Amino acid sequence: MALAAALVGLVALVIYAVLGGADFGGGVWDLLATGPRAGRQRTAISDAIGPVWEANHVWLIFALVLLFTCFPPAFAAIGTGLYVPLSLALVGVVFRGAAFVFRNYAADVTAVASTWTVLFGISSLAAPFFFGDAIGALATGRYAAMSAFAIAVGLFAVAVCAQIAAVFMLREVREPGVQQDFRRRALRATLAVWILGLVPCAIAAGYEPSIVRGLLHPLAVTAIAVALVAGVVTIVCVARRQDSSARVAVGVEAAAILAGWFGAQAPELVPNQYTFASAASPDATIAAFLVATAVGAMVLVPSLLLLFRVFKRA
Amino acid sequence: MDHVIAARAQMGTSLAFHIVFAALGVGLPLLICIAEGLWLRTGERAYYDLAKSWAKGMAILFAIGAVSGTILSFELGLLWPGFMRYAGSLIGLPFSLEGFAFFIEAIFIGIYIYGWDRLSPRAHWLCIVPVMLSGAVSAGFVTLANAWMQMPTGFRIVDGKVIDVQPLVAMFPKPWALEVTHATVGAYVFSGFALAAVCASAWLQGNRSPAVSRGLRIAMLVGALSVAVQIVVGDTIARFDAAQEPAKFAAMEVVKKTTSDAPLTVGGIPTADGLCCTIEIPKHLSFLVAFSASAKVRGLDAIPPADRPPVAATHLSFDAMVGSATLLFIIALVWVPSAIRRKDPPKWLALAIALTGPLALIALEAGWFVTEFGRQPWIAVGLQRTSDAVTPAPNLDLAFYGFSAIYVVLGMTCAWLLLHLRRGEPASDPAIDERKAPI
Repeated sequence: MALAAALVGLVALVIYAVLGGADFGGGVWDLLATGPRAGRQRTAISDAIGPVWEANHVWLIFALVLLFTCFPPAFAAIGTGLYVPLSLALVGVVFRGAAFVFRNYAADVTAVASTWTVLFGISSLAAPFFFGDAIGALATGRYAAMSAFAIAVGLFAVAVCAQIAAVFMLREVREPGVQQDFRRRALRATLAVWILGLVPCAIAAGYEPSIVRGLLHPLAVTAIAVALVAGVVTIVCVARRQDSSARVAVGVEAAAILAGWFGAQAPELVPNQYTFASAASPDATIAAFLVATAVGAMVLVPSLLLLFRVFKRA
Repeated sequence: MDHVIAARAQMGTSLAFHIVFAALGVGLPLLICIAEGLWLRTGERAYYDLAKSWAKGMAILFAIGAVSGTILSFELGLLWPGFMRYAGSLIGLPFSLEGFAFFIEAIFIGIYIYGWDRLSPRAHWLCIVPVMLSGAVSAGFVTLANAWMQMPTGFRIVDGKVIDVQPLVAMFPKPWALEVTHATVGAYVFSGFALAAVCASAWLQGNRSPAVSRGLRIAMLVGALSVAVQIVVGDTIARFDAAQEPAKFAAMEVVKKTTSDAPLTVGGIPTADGLCCTIEIPKHLSFLVAFSASAKVRGLDAIPPADRPPVAATHLSFDAMVGSATLLFIIALVWVPSAIRRKDPPKWLALAIALTGPLALIALEAGWFVTEFGRQPWIAVGLQRTSDAVTPAPNLDLAFYGFSAIYVVLGMTCAWLLLHLRRGEPASDPAIDERKAPI
C-alpha cells in the first residue's frame, strides 16, 4: 500500500519536473534572453507558459498533499530538517507566479514590467535550484543543505529545467530565427546537463559514500543509463529538427533522473530516519487517498487533454 | 518575538492574505458567469465588456491566490510539523480532493482567460462553469479540514498514539455542514460587495458606461442575496457553538460566569485584564441562544483557565463580523427599491455601496479570526495545544517579517495593477463588433 502511494508520488513529481520544470526553465531563458530577438524570445516564452503554468503548478501541491497524507511523519521531518531550502524554494515559486502575471498585465508600464521581468527570471532560477538543493540535502541523510553535494544537485536541477524548456520551446515558436535560438540553447543545455550531472556524482564519490551505495543499486544504474541515452536521443532529435520526438526524449530523461533518485534511496524516504513503510499512514488513509486519486484522475485527465488541445496544437 | 507567537503570526498573516484571493476565486467566477451568460442571451455589449474586464482581474487574483495558497500548504510542514505528524493521515483526504478541485480550477481558468478567440462564445462561457464549481468545492474541502481542527474525530487515542484512523469519518466532523456553508456563502458575500463597491466607485468618479451600472446590479444582487442567507447561517452557527463549543462561544459573547438571564455583551475596549466599556443588553443572550430569557448559558468559569481562548480578540472579531454584516444587509435592503425600478442609485446610496467593499472585507477577515482565535489554545481542540505543534526551527520571527514583506509587495503591486487596468480600460473594444453574440 505504502509503495503504491510512493509510486503515485513519483509519477506526480515526474510530471511536475517535466511540465513545471519547463515553466521554470522558460523563466531562466527569459532571464538569459539576449541578442536582437530578445524581446520576441520573451514573448514566445510568455505565450507558451501563460495558459498552462497554473495547472502545471498544481502537481507540486498534489505531491505535497500526497506526502503529508500518506507519509505524515516524513512530511514533518522534511519540513523541519529542510526548513531553509524549502522556504527559499517557496519564495521562488511565489515570486515566479506573481511576477509572471504582474509583468504580463503591466506590459504597458515599462518600469514595472521590466522590474518584474527580472524578478520572474531570478525566481524561476531560484525555485528549481532550492528544490534540487533540498533533494540533494535529503539524500545526504543529514539535511546538509549547504553541502557541496546538495548545491551541485541544485545547479543540476536548474540545467535540466533549462534543457526541457529549450526543447519544448521548439514546437511553441513559429519564427525561424527565434526557433533557431532555442535550438542552439537546447543543444548547449543538454551539454550543461551532462557536465552538471557529473559534478554531484564526483562529489558523492569523494564525500558521500552512502549516496554512492544507493546509486549502485541496479534500479538506479538502469535509470541513469536510460537518462544518458535519452539525453543523446534528445541531441540527435534536436539537431535533426524532429522536435516532437525531442520532447518525448527529454521527458524520458527527466523521468529517468527522478526514478534514479527514487531507486537510489528506496526503500528509504528520509534516509536514516524513515522508510516508506515506517512513515506510512494507516492503510485506511492510503486506500482512501488512492481511491480519491483514481476518481480525481477521471476528471483531471480529460480536462488536461482539453487544455493542451486548445493551446498546444501543432 | 516569542517562538509560538511568531509561528502563529506568520500562519495568521498568510491566511488573512490568502483568504481574500480565495474568496474572490470562489465568487468572481459566478459574477463572470452571470455577465457573460447575459451577453450570450441579450447580445448587449455592456455585458461582454463587463465579463472581459472582470476576467482580467480574475486572472491576476487567481495567480496570487494560487501562490499564496502554496505558501500555506508548505507552512503546514514548515511551521506545524508536530501537528501534521499525526493529523496528516486524518485531514489528508479533504486536502487531496481539494488538490483535484484546484487542478480543474487552474485548467479551466487557463482555457477561459486565454481562450476568448480560440473557442466559440458558448463553449467559452461553458468553461467558466467548472471554474465556478471547483472554486466553491475546493474552498469547501479546505474548510472541512478546518472543521476537523475545531472538533477532531475519526480516530482513537491509545497510549498517546492515534489509532483506528477512519479518514471518511474524520472528513465530516460535527460542524462540517455549517462551517462549509458559512465559508462558501461568505465568499459570495465578499465577492459580490467587493465588485459592487468597485462599480459604485467608478460610477461616483463619473463613469456612466452601461457596463458599470449593469455590473453594479449583478454584483449587488449576488451580495444582497448571499448576505441574507449568511445571516441565517451565522445565527444557526452561534446557537450550535453555544451547545457544542462552549469555550469559543463564551469568548465570543464574553460570558464570564455560567448563568441564566445572560446579557448580550456588545463592543468594548481591550485592556490588560479583559474588556472594559462594553455595552450589556439584559437577558438578550439567553434569549438568542434558546429563545427564552431565562435560559442558562455556559460561561468561561466552566472552562479550565489554561483552555480558555483569548476573550478580547475573539469577542471583538465576532462583533466586527456581525456588525459589518448587519450594515451590509441594511445597505442591500436600501438598494432593493432602486434595483426594482431599474434605476441608477442616487449619489448617497452609491457612496454607501462603495463602502460595502471595506465592510465586506472586515466581515470576511473578522469571521475567520473568530474561528481561529476561538480555537486557541488548541491547534486541534482537546487533542493538541498550538504550542506543542510548532516547529523547533530557529529564527521564526525573521521568517515572519520576511513573509510579511512579501505580502506587502504582492498586495501593493496587485492593488496597483488592478487600478491601473481599470484606468486603462478602453471605453469599448473595437474587435467585439465583428464578433457577434449568438442570440
